[in-house]
Amino acid sequence: MLFDKFQSMVDFRAELAERGVKPFGAVTEEIYSATEGRVEGRDVILAGTNNYLGLSYDPRCIAASQAAAQRWGTGTTGSRVANGSFSEHQALEADIADFYGVDHAIVFSTGYAATSGMCATLAGPGDVILLDGDSHASIYAGVRLSGAEIIRFKHNNPDDLAKRLRRLGERAADALIIVEGIYSMLGDVAPLQEIAAAKREFGGYLFVDEAHSMGVLGETGRGAAQAAGIEDDVDFVAGTFSKSLGGIGGFCVSPHAELQAIRFCINAYIFTASSAPSVIASTREALRIIRAEPQLRQRLWDNANRLYSGLAGLGLRVGPSASPVVAVVLEDRERTLACWQALLEAGVYVNMVVPPASPSTYCLLRNSVSAAHTPEQIETMIAAYAALQDAGLLPAPGQA
Amino acid sequence: MTQYQEYLGFICNVLESYNKKQVTLTESTDLVADIGLTSLEVMESIERIEDHFDISIPLNILPDVNTVGELARKVHELTQ
Repeated sequence: MLFDKFQSMVDFRAELAERGVKPFGAVTEEIYSATEGRVEGRDVILAGTNNYLGLSYDPRCIAASQAAAQRWGTGTTGSRVANGSFSEHQALEADIADFYGVDHAIVFSTGYAATSGMCATLAGPGDVILLDGDSHASIYAGVRLSGAEIIRFKHNNPDDLAKRLRRLGERAADALIIVEGIYSMLGDVAPLQEIAAAKREFGGYLFVDEAHSMGVLGETGRGAAQAAGIEDDVDFVAGTFSKSLGGIGGFCVSPHAELQAIRFCINAYIFTASSAPSVIASTREALRIIRAEPQLRQRLWDNANRLYSGLAGLGLRVGPSASPVVAVVLEDRERTLACWQALLEAGVYVNMVVPPASPSTYCLLRNSVSAAHTPEQIETMIAAYAALQDAGLLPAPGQA
Repeated sequence: MTQYQEYLGFICNVLESYNKKQVTLTESTDLVADIGLTSLEVMESIERIEDHFDISIPLNILPDVNTVGELARKVHELTQ
């Protein structure tokens, strides 16, 4: 039967419905601020949004969006290669290229389209792609479409990457190496200095997805490559407008002039409508704010450090280092479900992640921190986890 | 012992550590249907085989590999 392969998902959804738990697709009924809303009938602190700088609700971004809708209408109704390239799209490409200090940029309609589209197109049959094993689903989707030989290296392991580059011999010079800046599940940062060193030794082109690190890391917010001081080794940076920039869309920038020709070979760019002008306008404004207000990044990191140290201090198993993504690791799916629901009832919305979306066999309660969170909200989140320990849903200090 | 037999023997050794059902491993043993390997266990097994033979096994070949023998033949091809 065509539908047999979906039976396990049908069963899982039925189980969740019977238990009255809705971790996937929980409906946000109201947004009160960048960090507060009503989800599934409960007023909650939003701690699972990727709204790292809180700009989704910034009045300047909202005003820019409203003005653009008034001027340009609600949508472009067409592809960038047909009628969907408005001057606003080109202006955002110029802005994002200038932000990264390179000459070439492409704006996509989603972050998924940016990474999957670039990964599907840059390498082709006869080429080799080396990708980090914990890469995002959009990267895996893209490389599978590419027709290139796909080699996975161990997550955040530059020695394994170097070993695999060495095995390629002369082919390494044209290999495409794909990594992320911050990995979305555990919030761990790629060891980019060592990865860049491997590239320098063996050759290849380096592609860095800064979806979770743009606006978050680096002296001016350009991401993990800037923070690591290896931007000159990077050939392509991809990213999204739907996290620190609070909108939706994606981009790729590069110092290589060929990017302008590659643009016309990317199906995810050609065969979809371009972003609504209102989204482009809010993104441009958010990018301007990121450049003008570095204190947002400082506030984000203050909050991230506060949450990470608070949860680690409870003895919970968290990611390897403080990051705007603070994930609590649990082995048991049942317990994870119960914790997620208890957090929601306590007024804290977080993301729940279970295999195969998690990097291994474990489950995650994934918290994302915002510069817009108040210290009090962070303390409320920590207290909600402590209450889970008191209720016996999470291991008490010393038992994790 | 031929090279193929050497590959087969090492692969069987690797897979034994995941062989919870204690099935007898032969060339025709199915990695998922018989041994019950999860996708994560498949990747762990592949990494151990890669390190031992100093090769990289492209992900592209995995859809064509269902049995122990098919995996051994792919490793054999990649080492030639």
